[in-house]
Amino acid sequence: MSDIESRIEEDLDRRDTAPGEESTTEHELAGGLSGYLLGFSLAILLTIASFLAAQTNLIYQPAVISALVVLAIAQMGVHLVFFLHITTGPDNTNNVLALAFGVLIVALVVIGSVWIMAHLNLNMAPMSAHQAEMMP
Amino acid sequence: MSDITAGSAIREPYRHGQSGAHGHGLFPATGHGKGGPASKFVTVAYGFWIFLLSDIIMFSAFFASFAVLSQATAGGPTGKELFELNRIAAQTGLLLTSSFTGGLATLATHRRSIAATQFWLLVTGLLGAAFLFLEVQEFATMAHENAGPSRSAFLSAFFALVGCHGTHVGLGLLWLGTMMAQLWVKGFRPDLLRRLHCFALFWHALDIIWIAIFTLVYLLGASP
Repeated sequence: MSDIESRIEEDLDRRDTAPGEESTTEHELAGGLSGYLLGFSLAILLTIASFLAAQTNLIYQPAVISALVVLAIAQMGVHLVFFLHITTGPDNTNNVLALAFGVLIVALVVIGSVWIMAHLNLNMAPMSAHQAEMMP
Repeated sequence: MSDITAGSAIREPYRHGQSGAHGHGLFPATGHGKGGPASKFVTVAYGFWIFLLSDIIMFSAFFASFAVLSQATAGGPTGKELFELNRIAAQTGLLLTSSFTGGLATLATHRRSIAATQFWLLVTGLLGAAFLFLEVQEFATMAHENAGPSRSAFLSAFFALVGCHGTHVGLGLLWLGTMMAQLWVKGFRPDLLRRLHCFALFWHALDIIWIAIFTLVYLLGASP
């Protein structure tokens, strides 16, 4: 490989980006002051939407939980992109992979616990009146 | 190459953290098995990112226990009776704005403006302190109404989860104060820029956890 070629490759592959550091390619949507402002306003909108969904009857009542979860995940995404600058760029591969693994473990812990404990709860023998009196 | 990393060549005369024989120039390519390890700024921030993710995993265990125990009120007060959503809205606004001003402080470090960085860090800290004040006030009120952590499993899980987040915010404020003092004395040294960057990551991550708390604990707990 010629010297020039290897240098071009090194320029392309110059460095990894630290998590939270803005990518070296500027003028991205999520970069600079405008990025923070955009993220801030999106987060405010999503927060207001969450409070409205929970406090008013705008949303069909049984669907409120799903709406709140979706809004929360959306807001976390906004924070990740606009405040923590976790992007899908090649310089961010390590950061995204670590995040993906974290999300996997979080999902396993939370969903697994809720699922298993709900089943255990259902399978509990009902307490007799006598046993209930013995409870501390 | 940014001047954030430029200082590490001086601080590391033997270049342990940098590439050896294959390096062209000071900071050759990183990642993909070429050109040696990444710069210290990247590795420090990446290590801190791993810590934050493990912290979030710890929080997920608290979230799981809260989700499991949220109905176990043992005849005591429920979330619907206890939570004041106005307070939660104020807390959310304070912490979100604090995260935003923390971002502005980061931008000020890029401009190498000590005055602007200190100012935005101070605003960030004050907003965080106001958040913490509201939270402590809420806890005190609940404890006063005989709804302390020992009242029911629901309240134990609640205080553990929200209190853990509050503790993080409190420790973050201590860290913030330390950073402001260090910045005052030492200026924009490379190691200080790394610490400031880690602090910014920490503060944004706390806001992400708060999103989950205000949604899953407060809004769901207080919804009809």
